[in-house]
Amino acid sequence: MSSILSVKRVEKSFGNFKALNNVSLEVASGSIFGLLGPNGAGKTTLIRIINQITLPDSGEVYFDGKKLNQEDIRFIGYLPEERGLYKSMKVGEQALYLAQLKGLSKQEAVKRLKFWMDKFEIGSWWNKKVEELSKGMAQKLQFIVTVLHQPKLLILDEPFSGFDPVNANLIKDEILNLKNNGTTIIFSTHRMESVEELCDYIALINKSNLVLQGNLIDIKKQYKSDTFEVGLQTDAKEELFKRLKNQFNVSYSNFKSINNDLKISIKLPENYSQNDLLLSLTKQAVVNHFVEVIPSANDIFIKAVQEN
Amino acid sequence: MKKLQLIIVREFLAKVRNKTFIIMTFLSPLLIIGFTALIVFLGKMNNETAKVVAYVDDSELFTNEDFKENEQLSFLDFSGMTLEEAKAEALKSNVYGLVYIPKNDSLQLIAKQLQFFSSDSPNSSIVRNIERRIEERLTKIKLSEMGILPSQIEQSKYEVDVKLSNFTGESRSKFVNEMKAVVGSIAGYFIMLFILIYGTMVMRSVIEEKTSRIIEVIISSVKPFELMMGKVLGTALAGLLQFVVWIIVITGIFFFLAVFFDVNLAADRADMTAEQLAALSESSGQMQLVFMEFMNLPLLSILLLYIFYFIGGFLLYSSLYAAIGAAVDNETDTQQFMMPVIMPLILGIYVGFATVLNDPHGPVSVIFSHIPFTSPIVMLMRIPFGVSWWELLISMGILILTFIFMIWFASKIYRIGILMYGKKPTYKDLYKWLKY
Repeated sequence: MSSILSVKRVEKSFGNFKALNNVSLEVASGSIFGLLGPNGAGKTTLIRIINQITLPDSGEVYFDGKKLNQEDIRFIGYLPEERGLYKSMKVGEQALYLAQLKGLSKQEAVKRLKFWMDKFEIGSWWNKKVEELSKGMAQKLQFIVTVLHQPKLLILDEPFSGFDPVNANLIKDEILNLKNNGTTIIFSTHRMESVEELCDYIALINKSNLVLQGNLIDIKKQYKSDTFEVGLQTDAKEELFKRLKNQFNVSYSNFKSINNDLKISIKLPENYSQNDLLLSLTKQAVVNHFVEVIPSANDIFIKAVQEN
Repeated sequence: MKKLQLIIVREFLAKVRNKTFIIMTFLSPLLIIGFTALIVFLGKMNNETAKVVAYVDDSELFTNEDFKENEQLSFLDFSGMTLEEAKAEALKSNVYGLVYIPKNDSLQLIAKQLQFFSSDSPNSSIVRNIERRIEERLTKIKLSEMGILPSQIEQSKYEVDVKLSNFTGESRSKFVNEMKAVVGSIAGYFIMLFILIYGTMVMRSVIEEKTSRIIEVIISSVKPFELMMGKVLGTALAGLLQFVVWIIVITGIFFFLAVFFDVNLAADRADMTAEQLAALSESSGQMQLVFMEFMNLPLLSILLLYIFYFIGGFLLYSSLYAAIGAAVDNETDTQQFMMPVIMPLILGIYVGFATVLNDPHGPVSVIFSHIPFTSPIVMLMRIPFGVSWWELLISMGILILTFIFMIWFASKIYRIGILMYGKKPTYKDLYKWLKY
């Protein structure tokens, strides 16, 4: 795994407030990297440092193996959470201006902008003023502006806010498309279901500190508690439950099932394998359901923040 | 550099395409000329109605000759009435005032006991006019008592008219100082106007970027410093364009009016007596002298200095305006920071008008033409009177150093301010931002 972005021991304070405390990150090239954390944790400060809007007090940021510098601006696209456009400027003109600020030539920008606007079926808006657009339309334009210069690294802060489900899906597909074409994406959001869906890697920042980082699957393995959801077919649920309780660490559980089963969750005892557990269960009842509980990104987020 | 250029062009176009801007560009000169015409017209109307003043002459020393009417005043003779009757009559016939000349053997006492009655507080120029008429008569009486004939008095009068010239013998108009003062004050006044109008425009455009939240998108592509400078320069260009249009339109209208009035003057001239024509040619000779004096000023270097102080002053102030715009969320919050910016501008104009025009090289003028916040205005006013080159160099040097410092200072506040939302900042906050 080669990393496109390395953040090394970055610190940043505002007056007496420490916004980032010794944060180090590696973002793998071509991946979608979820940057997570509660409000006010320091995510925005870190993103601003990567965008060179703010300078860190100490520590370094490396982009594509070299120390981050002004030239790299053209390889980074940033969709901030607090976004907006010039209201009285026309759609086409505005997009071209922003693309040229990123270092694109005018001809190239016109060509790409046409492509994107046709793709999003908004080609007819070219000469409309932004203030005439609906919120959703403006968000589409904002997304186009962010990706127009074909950045190597795309930083998206709550990219789905303001979109209806149809357009949110459209944007999601585009994000995956970009990823398949080799763009690395840093994705900051509070919507855990989209983290689950999109992210390969995550990092979690809480109270200015990095508390968690790595491959989402590895992290899930790390956070799983060897607990199994079990559905047992029986006529005497209470008796069975009592019996099992003497044997294992058991609690009632609730999951979707078409059977009228005894639904419980069982923690795998030490020196037991899954098979040992299953064997022991099959001796007592018919097993309709036997699934290991994998923590969701949401569970991991809450657990990591609370533990901290 | 390319980005800076992009920003300048955008800011310029954003200003120039704005409907209000276009309308004001063409409407303002018409308004200025319209108001000037209105003021002239109203002033004329005011003067055309002569005031009527009644007089009671108990001393019997005065004749109709002393109370000849002029443009400003005409007189009614109430002599023969008692003072009480005259007062009642004056009130009834609604005259402007009543002059009472008491009877007394001593001319000295008459002079002291003269009275003027009126319902409103009287216009001082009217009172002075009446005083002068009475003084003149009393002086004549006294002189003839001393045995001097009225004709001798006439003969002993001289009208002195100093002809001015410089040491090389070129003649010079008496109005030259006035002319220089006008040139200087117009320049000073213009730069103040320019800073106020376009400085506020810079500030608004910063606030607009903040409230529309595009700012974070922009500064992920350019340095805040570039954005600020682009804004300041783009707005300055739009402002210069507007000023140039104003000057062209105003000159055009005045040229048109001049041609129009010249025709009228020629028509009037046919009816003039030889004496009036002589007077006219003398006054046009004066005009010519003033014009020659104007052309004698080192116009090129004056123009270059104007441009320098214009740019210097604008950069100095508009970067402050940009910083203020960055510090706040909306225009109402700017009030607290505006005072310290506007004060030196106003001070500059007042100091200019109060001291430079009377004594262009006096200590107050010299000091204020070196303080960078007032120098663009005060020095501009002084330049037509001639300022030594080393003084100019010092003043320009101070201005350059200050605006470099100010731009640095403003960009520090700007850099932090544009990303701050919500809380209305205090001066203490601004100080803290300088250290981030």
